[in-house]
Amino acid sequence: MTAAAQEAFAWTPENEATAQKHIAKYPAGRQQSAVMPLLDLAQRQNGGHVTQEIIEYIADYLDMAPIKVMEVATFYTMYNHKPIGKHHVQVCGTTPCWLRGAEDVMHACKKHLGIEKGQTTADGMFTLNEVECAGACVNAPVVAIDDDYFEDLTPETVVELLNKLAKGEAVKPGPQGVNRKNSAPEGGPTTLKDFMGEDA
Amino acid sequence: MLADKDRIFTNLYGFQSPGIEAAMKRGDWDGTKGLIGKGRDWIISEMKDSGLRGRGGAGFPTGLKWSFMPKQSDGRPSYLVVNADEGEPGTCKDRDLMRHDPHKLLEGCLIAGFAMNAIAAYIYIRGEFFREAEALERAIEEAYAKGFLGKNACGTGYDFDIYVHRGAGAYICGEETALIESLEGKKGQPRLKPPFPANVGVWGCPTTVNNVESIAVAPTILRRGASWFAGIGRPNNTGTKVFSISGHVNKPCNVEEEMGIPLKELIEKHAGGVRGGWDNLLAVIPGGSSVPVLPKHICDDVLMDFDSLRAVQSGLGTAAVIVMDKSTDIVKAIARLSEFYKHESCGQCTPCREGTGWMWRVMERLVVGEADKSEIDMLLDVTKQIEGHTICALGDAAAWPIQGLMRHFRPEVEARIEAYHARAAE
Repeated sequence: MTAAAQEAFAWTPENEATAQKHIAKYPAGRQQSAVMPLLDLAQRQNGGHVTQEIIEYIADYLDMAPIKVMEVATFYTMYNHKPIGKHHVQVCGTTPCWLRGAEDVMHACKKHLGIEKGQTTADGMFTLNEVECAGACVNAPVVAIDDDYFEDLTPETVVELLNKLAKGEAVKPGPQGVNRKNSAPEGGPTTLKDFMGEDA
Repeated sequence: MLADKDRIFTNLYGFQSPGIEAAMKRGDWDGTKGLIGKGRDWIISEMKDSGLRGRGGAGFPTGLKWSFMPKQSDGRPSYLVVNADEGEPGTCKDRDLMRHDPHKLLEGCLIAGFAMNAIAAYIYIRGEFFREAEALERAIEEAYAKGFLGKNACGTGYDFDIYVHRGAGAYICGEETALIESLEGKKGQPRLKPPFPANVGVWGCPTTVNNVESIAVAPTILRRGASWFAGIGRPNNTGTKVFSISGHVNKPCNVEEEMGIPLKELIEKHAGGVRGGWDNLLAVIPGGSSVPVLPKHICDDVLMDFDSLRAVQSGLGTAAVIVMDKSTDIVKAIARLSEFYKHESCGQCTPCREGTGWMWRVMERLVVGEADKSEIDMLLDVTKQIEGHTICALGDAAAWPIQGLMRHFRPEVEARIEAYHARAAE
């Protein structure tokens, strides 16, 4: 498909307002600072990836040289440059997760989805990737799916999650299948037991 | 063990609401106007007296850092930037502070911002922390609605704004000048210093970049007094610290403890002990992936603070304790970190750009033993050529884990090489 045949990218009215809100966070004349939030916004509007056209649109919108937007869009790993599936499954593979079985979790994802790292399932439901440290190491192994973290995973619980997502069922982020509250030790905290009530 | 009454982050685990009403019941936003009324000099001198050292890894005294900001504006505004780009492997403490206790950070921003005459704070949070950014945005909205932020913040006559800026997946943006570049809408490549950010930071204006935890502890320090904080821990290593304990322990967790707690006590009291018992311990990386690994015999009695860990040629870093039991392939564990640094090198300086990939490829061969023993010294030599020869510390951070491995586990690496060649000869 030629660029001219594609529908031109433009903000939805709602995203136009959000874009302006982002720009307003920064001092006058420093609208370039909004390039990262705007690339993220455009990626979400476009279903998960950015295109050359989007890069040029944002360059024009922020009065930047297109190459400067391109540099940002290619430097940071969270901007995708090709279509991704409905759900982006990102398995953390760095040492703290690796120590607790990230390789097994990755293997289970590959086997269940029938794809390799960097690929998307034929039905367009899932894209699988390995990422570097997700920053939730005390809940390793961790998989980020879209905007949420799923933690304390095993090959079994990750497959369960993928099955639920495939069926469109609700999933609950956070620790999976273990008795713990967020980053507290399993079985209950060793400190702050007076602060376990629902409210202060 | 630290008593609960001396813990700052009473909602670390999120049992209670992060909302402003619950936060105020826990003591946040209490007498903020009075603290600010005591003036900039008082705030900075209390922070200095508390002995607080930066919680992002480098351990630079926080009060001293604040004092570098210009007292009088030359026409340029000043900014506070909060480094919430948490991504040092092993580290996940700031995530809890932001999602469960965000008002401590916001109140800290106001007070720190006032102390350095800043007009606004930008909280730069890693892009993957989408929900945590949402939690911050909610908390900021609540604080504005109460009049704690914005025009005449807390009724002090001082105007102060806080904004959240999301990153997009680059570890290097945790380096303060890369973070500033990123905040300006550029690739996150570190700047040469000088000029230092306190002179020329974001948008060419005086800027101080502080870690989330450093800012979030400030209001409690000022309310309870510098001497309270300085009385916890050891001289030059004062206060409380949020530790992240990951890897081969029975119950991985985050926990706020006293600085200088013995590593063994930390692991056994809070993380359920090493999997298979203390004697099953192989090694610990005590302060996030960048600091050199320690073998069990050092872990037996080392204390968890800046000076104690430096004395054993490692570091407190972010206080992220990565525990490895005897089942661990220690060479592979470090090789995986080498892969991390290769992935995260920004590509600006040749020694790091080329060296991180080179080191990783050699490390991968060492995992299987497919190497010559002389390559160990060559590898160490290369780490020394990278260390100290780059604009930022990522090169150092990539070199240190390998140096730590060879310092303590060289016989293991050599045995693997011998075994490989023995198999090949058969």
